[in-house]
Amino acid sequence: MLEVKDLSVAFRTRKGEVEAVRGVSFDVKRGETLGIVGESGSGKSVTSYALMRILDAGGEIRSGNVTYGGIDLRAASERNMRDVRGREMSMIFQNPRAALNPIRKVGHQIEDVLIQHARATHQDAREKAIRAMEDVRINDAAARYDAYPFELSGGMCQRIVIAIALACDPRLLIADEPTTGLDITTQKAVMDLVRDLTRDRGMAMVLITHDLGLASQYCDRIVVMKDGEIVEEGDPQRLFSQPKHAYTRRLVDATPRIGASIRDLLPPEERTPQPSHIIHDRPLLEVIDLAKSYPGKSGPVQAVKGISFAILAGQSVGLVGESGSGKSTTSEMIARLQDPTSGAIRFEGQHIALTPAARFTTHHARRDIQMVFQDATDSLNPRDTAGSAIAEPLKRIEKLKGAQLCARVEELADLTGLPRPLLSRFPHQLSGGQKARVGIARAIALEPKLLILDEPTAALDVSIQALVLNLLVDLRAKLGMTYLFVSHDLNVVRLLCDEVLVMKDGEIVDRGPAAKIMSNPDHPYTRSLISAAPQPPTAPEPEKRAVN
Amino acid sequence: MNARLKMILGRVAQAIPVIAGVVVISFLLTRALPGDPAAYFAGPAADEASIAEIREALGLDKPLIEQFFFYLGDLSRGDLGTALSTGQPVIADLAGRLPASLELTLFALTLSCAIAIPLGVLAATRPGTWIDHLFRVLVTAGVSMPTFFTGIVLIYVFYYLLGIAPSPLGRLDFLFLSPPHVTGFYLIDAAIDRDFETWLGALKQLILPAATLALFTLAPIARMTRAAMLQALSSDFIRTARAAGLGRRKVLYGYAFRNALLPVITTLGMVFSFTLGANVLVEKVFAWPGIGSYAVEALVVSDYAAVQGFVLAMALLFVLLNLIIDIAYALIDPRIGLN
Repeated sequence: MLEVKDLSVAFRTRKGEVEAVRGVSFDVKRGETLGIVGESGSGKSVTSYALMRILDAGGEIRSGNVTYGGIDLRAASERNMRDVRGREMSMIFQNPRAALNPIRKVGHQIEDVLIQHARATHQDAREKAIRAMEDVRINDAAARYDAYPFELSGGMCQRIVIAIALACDPRLLIADEPTTGLDITTQKAVMDLVRDLTRDRGMAMVLITHDLGLASQYCDRIVVMKDGEIVEEGDPQRLFSQPKHAYTRRLVDATPRIGASIRDLLPPEERTPQPSHIIHDRPLLEVIDLAKSYPGKSGPVQAVKGISFAILAGQSVGLVGESGSGKSTTSEMIARLQDPTSGAIRFEGQHIALTPAARFTTHHARRDIQMVFQDATDSLNPRDTAGSAIAEPLKRIEKLKGAQLCARVEELADLTGLPRPLLSRFPHQLSGGQKARVGIARAIALEPKLLILDEPTAALDVSIQALVLNLLVDLRAKLGMTYLFVSHDLNVVRLLCDEVLVMKDGEIVDRGPAAKIMSNPDHPYTRSLISAAPQPPTAPEPEKRAVN
Repeated sequence: MNARLKMILGRVAQAIPVIAGVVVISFLLTRALPGDPAAYFAGPAADEASIAEIREALGLDKPLIEQFFFYLGDLSRGDLGTALSTGQPVIADLAGRLPASLELTLFALTLSCAIAIPLGVLAATRPGTWIDHLFRVLVTAGVSMPTFFTGIVLIYVFYYLLGIAPSPLGRLDFLFLSPPHVTGFYLIDAAIDRDFETWLGALKQLILPAATLALFTLAPIARMTRAAMLQALSSDFIRTARAAGLGRRKVLYGYAFRNALLPVITTLGMVFSFTLGANVLVEKVFAWPGIGSYAVEALVVSDYAAVQGFVLAMALLFVLLNLIIDIAYALIDPRIGLN
């Protein structure tokens, strides 16, 4: 149905021409689901924009052919393309809230498409739009018709985007990272919905994702892209069990999965024995009846509703939950960046919540509790070099100066695997993984006893995530740090943590040893989280595991 | 809708303390001006005794706080005092001159928007082309020439050289009688009166000063339109709209432009307020009987009441303007007013 041959796309930039896609060929058969998997910068999204001919300004198809049902899409006029888009092939996007016009009612946005493709007149558009919303299983569609995107949840916005894409019964759906930024249970709901809808309508789908696990679960066939080229193609089972290309192998290895240890995420030649960490039998941190409420429109909103737990010295505890569960609020209260409404935090027996967060910088426990933030880019000052970012806590709290400071910064760079020459670079000159290392180096600069990690790998590619997670394991063994690891990704938490706390709506609903919680969950919510997480078909090379 | 109505009412209520503050400040400000109005009022031949007499008659010998209450009392009756320079009640002066300034400013801004917004949209949709470059030249030229200079050049070219513009002397040529007063805007009043000759006459007088101001205000509006349009066009939702096959018009105007309108409106409000200030020079050049020239003359002779009236009128105008902008915002953007 869709045939892509030798497609090359180039972008004109200030630094000259950049080839984003280089000679890519693939085809999509009727009713088939094709996965395009690759990390950031692999050209997978650009490929899909090129198919739809909606490349950003400066982008141009340089060579190759795109044929859809016999029509040459590259030669088609813009007017013809407009008829193809939405009616023959349509697209859904990542970050659904931004993908919708923020100041137009969602119902009207669906109507726009229906009217454009003459599927509705102004008289029956409303009725048909509501039907399109019901098709994507939106409850009470008539009431949601008048909503604006900001009034809807992320998952609901994605349903609207799907409704827009499917309103005119296209034959092919291109889904560009459709679940990035959504919670794991929402991700499953959205993916299941898309799968069911395309299957029921006999549609073909191209699923573009960075998540090999997700692709293998929903796709009939997968192509793997790297640096603008397709490196491998095959069915998911085969790709996982016998990856041919070195890059596919690395990607398969780096995907967290059941039965793999944290070292298994690395390429085989880098798998050194995993160091063990010592857990002492004394609590480092005790959280007692901790609660936090914010003033809301209709009375106070309780973000955290009186939770209690303890972390032993040397232990790694995972705090798991979806957005709005209160996990970030909890971690920020413990990091003393926010004040609790009630309850106590005891660190080494001392009540540290008695000192307000605003004055905690001068507290002697400040150096012992440090944090690694979620977004490695946003949490670095864009005008400070990597070196000065790492030096900051040393200057402020340790009062180090001159050569001593330099030596310590370089020592930290070595410790976190950041090449020394990069210390003089600014954040925009560093890659995502390098920025994550800077963030970690800064947090461990004062040798804290408790390190709070707030989704430190959420924004990273899987291969980089594998490296960062392994770095964290090494640092834990070397420095004897205690971790509070906040994450939505159970697969990652299972790899790194001894204990797991599962939060939902501001309460801890489940807790226990990581191995038990993951393999044999008691609580229905934990069970739903685990079943929602995509699992790659089988672990590759089972014999390798015996080595570790 | 109910929430938005509530927000608008709340916004109106917020304007009240602002106005109270303006009343106090306008009172104190004029008292802080140098010069003795009693001496000015008494004339150059007056002696100490008669100045004191006039000061007593004007209430200027009373304590400040008492004067303020007198002022409040007068204000509540709509009495802004008498302007010393014209001998007229200030309220009458303002009523005559404010519409002249407003007509000029509004006409100029309409003209400016009519050129700047399409220009900005054009430049944004064709970045890097000759249209974009022409846009840049025009915008830079417009903002770098001072208004009195543009005004004089326009008079020189269109009145002196080409002779197609009427003499730059006020709002109407002396051949015409001013239309019966309804709104004070000559164009509107003449239209109501169905006197199209006068209407055309007023328009002819208006065009040159309005063009001068429009050239000056073109730059910020056009620039903001271009920037806002570029940003809106690079948004994710534009990609969604294009991927759904929506037409170019719909994408450009229905989706991008409406989103780009928000920052443009903010800029428009700012431009309007500084144009009212920049008016003074244009009014002087074109002998326009506006509020700007009136205020400058009053200030020169320490005419308390006139300056006070001017400050108050302008402040009220600005409060009103901000109110209108906020309401326009709330009408365009559904996200406002709910949190």
